[in-house]
Amino acid sequence: MLFQDLIFWALAAVAVVGALGVVLLRDVFRSALLLVLVFLTVAGLFFMLAAEFLGIVQVLIYAGAISILIIFAIMLTQNVQEGNLPNRLQFAAVLLPALLLTALAFVFIDTDWRLIADLPAIDGTAVEDVAFRDNTFTLSKLLLENYALAFAAAGVLLLASIIGALSLVRER
Amino acid sequence: MDLEKFLILSAIIFAIGLYGVLARRNVIIVLMSLELMFTAVILAAVTMSRYVASREAVAQAGVAAESVMQTLLTGQVFALFIIVVAAAEIALGLGIVIAFYRSRETVDISQANLMER
Repeated sequence: MLFQDLIFWALAAVAVVGALGVVLLRDVFRSALLLVLVFLTVAGLFFMLAAEFLGIVQVLIYAGAISILIIFAIMLTQNVQEGNLPNRLQFAAVLLPALLLTALAFVFIDTDWRLIADLPAIDGTAVEDVAFRDNTFTLSKLLLENYALAFAAAGVLLLASIIGALSLVRER
Repeated sequence: MDLEKFLILSAIIFAIGLYGVLARRNVIIVLMSLELMFTAVILAAVTMSRYVASREAVAQAGVAAESVMQTLLTGQVFALFIIVVAAAEIALGLGIVIAFYRSRETVDISQANLMER
């Protein structure tokens, strides 16, 4: 348990510092690289949360594909080194997230969560040990049976966004 | 306490992303901050699916292991769909950024002010 706590705090510290770097650094390219770091730490957190399929998807899609897209967009535009300027809304832009964070933290701590650990055991084993055993198998079953329509709609959405992006950047 | 620390971490990442969206002028940084916010929401969804028992899961507990598994993993399915939508959003967003850069020669979002006049 102590080892897990250690890993969590290390990942959390890297994620928070990396996220601050993304929004505060002057150099847009370094921001993009720090964004990849944040995505990788969040993937690590997914593995800690018994979501190994989502962790792999996070590495493939976020740290792989989306960051490459962002780096391409940065390379195609100017002012990479001096590109990250603040606007005139600094005070409100600090106040609003701070208020939101306070409210969310209060709600998270104050709520009386109904935890999985408190559920009665199934056939003598705790629910936690049963539920997250075959993560990928159960996830695929859910996607292709219970949520088959949404799965197909996601494919249509991706196709539409590809066509939309192509028609946006096409030379006229 | 496990649940709360993951949730508060996701809230911190979300707040940092919100600050980036509100306070930065470079539209690529704004898109990257949006991605941070998406990641924070996915982290919250996965955390909920790992620790919090829904009403259905409580009702099914002790009856059938497989249906409890499926109910508890719904949060991860949700996170998967958020990832798909985020991928579509970033592709379209960067397409708009490139089109904007072609017409204005800048990525400063405060220059996108056609509706001000």
